[in-house]
Amino acid sequence: MITTSRLTKKFGKLAAVDSLSLDIPEGEVFGLLGPNGAGKTTTINLLITLLKPTSGSATVNGIDVVKHPAEVRKNIGVVFQEPSVDDLLSGKENLEMHAMLYSMPGELRRRRVEEVLELVELTDRKDDWVKTYSGGMRRRLELARGLMHHPKVLFLDEPTLGLDPQTRQHIWKYIARLAKEENMTVVLTTHYMEEADLLCSRIGIMDHGKIVALGTPKRLKHEVGGDVVVLKQEGFDRSCLKGLKFVKKVKVDGDEVFLTVEHAHENLQRLLSAVGRVRSVEVREASLNEVFLKYTGRKYREEEEGAEGGWAERTMNAEAQRD
Amino acid sequence: MAFEAGKIYAVWLREVKRFTNSKARIVSSMGQPILFLVALGGGFSALIPGFNYMAFLLPGIVAMTVMFTSIFAGVSIIWDREFGFLKEMLAAPTSRETIVMGRILGGATTALLQGVLMFVLGMLFTGVAVPPLANILGILVLMTVFSCYLVAAGIAIASVVQEVETFQLLMNFLVMPLFFLSSALFPLEQMPAWLRDISSLNPVSYAIDGMRTLVIGTSHFGLLYDFGVSFGILAIAFAAATYFFNKTSI
Repeated sequence: MITTSRLTKKFGKLAAVDSLSLDIPEGEVFGLLGPNGAGKTTTINLLITLLKPTSGSATVNGIDVVKHPAEVRKNIGVVFQEPSVDDLLSGKENLEMHAMLYSMPGELRRRRVEEVLELVELTDRKDDWVKTYSGGMRRRLELARGLMHHPKVLFLDEPTLGLDPQTRQHIWKYIARLAKEENMTVVLTTHYMEEADLLCSRIGIMDHGKIVALGTPKRLKHEVGGDVVVLKQEGFDRSCLKGLKFVKKVKVDGDEVFLTVEHAHENLQRLLSAVGRVRSVEVREASLNEVFLKYTGRKYREEEEGAEGGWAERTMNAEAQRD
Repeated sequence: MAFEAGKIYAVWLREVKRFTNSKARIVSSMGQPILFLVALGGGFSALIPGFNYMAFLLPGIVAMTVMFTSIFAGVSIIWDREFGFLKEMLAAPTSRETIVMGRILGGATTALLQGVLMFVLGMLFTGVAVPPLANILGILVLMTVFSCYLVAAGIAIASVVQEVETFQLLMNFLVMPLFFLSSALFPLEQMPAWLRDISSLNPVSYAIDGMRTLVIGTSHFGLLYDFGVSFGILAIAFAAATYFFNKTSI
């Protein structure tokens, strides 16, 4: 559905997207994960034809993004990282205008507006100004808008950035349902490991404009080598682990012992019998956090959001500026 | 160039809806022109006996209303960029020409509505007689052309200057001189030569002169010039708007 071949975008000397080659099959929910400035949004902007690549090529639904941008746009839906609904119009008016820009005939347009409003549970607020919507409601409206014209590919740039956990889960639910019901190919970028893990059938970890790791969440997690068991024990002796094949790595830091263990839940009993009495034990399941750390050498801190500014926060800033 | 009627309509409709959705804006944008007409017009009329200055001023004030609304409509692309809405339009399968066309027509529609409203109110205040039908049609055509070229100019400027901070600056340093250095407030033939020269170079003078001719019959340039210059400027402004908007990015 999407292929890119040595796709490159340079801003001055900096290559925001660096010779990226990707292949995303139809029906896949593909996640682009990466720290700020990794080139996720630039990649999306290249695929949705808002930016022209410096070199390389890309096709969406078999159509070349440089040669036929207008054709590409007919096939895609986009939910931008930053808010992009008109807050001086009502929710319904926003959707209607979108439908007209995508040349949807009147009958279909009316039906579809009601359908997507229903889907994101905004039917009872459809005639209110978007100005009066909460951050989560706006986001849902944008999702609805992105879906209206039955795109073949839906691009979601940080769909839940800056939203509260409850709203975030709500939106995850929608995305998962939509991908299934409408059989769409979805490309999403995200900051949240949990989001990628939950929604994506495949994940590409991006850093410095390149994909540094690619695979299903399960495989990526497997690659880090297993779960982490943290023991607190004074005078730990590594020789007690002899013969325990499921222990892959050992690191001692003061009275804390970090063990990389395969299938920790099943093997914990045997491990503890071998180690003897401990003060405490903690099992950390392998998560994408570890995967991320391994490939980018950076810890995935969610506070980083602050640097870019949360979505909702930016909406509010923009509004404050206008008043 | 590719225009798509349905999509032009969509963009037009948005402009009109945004306008009708904000009643406060309509009222507040009428306040200033009315104040100008009543205070300035009333004051000067008393100063110059035998000259209905208010009637002379009316076309200038109508033009002022149209100018503010038109340029605001064009330049508001800056706001659309800031609030992200521009992306929605640019990512849609819609040509840039269509967007420019829709915005010009939408902006002109709202400006025309205000212009007409101002004109009717003004006639009540000044006691100017209702012009014959042919003149009314002429006024509407001229106002439309005038408004379209101002929206187009606004779009061209907003496509190049992208910072929100310059918005107010533009409004002050563009709209105010265009208004004051024109035939809006005083008869050109009685102005000092330097002011008359500047005002004669200002296209706004021609639109106002044309309207004044059709309302009270006082002409400076002649109707042919008034319409000719206005249509000429429209062609140039439209070309500039499509050219620069085509180059603009998110």
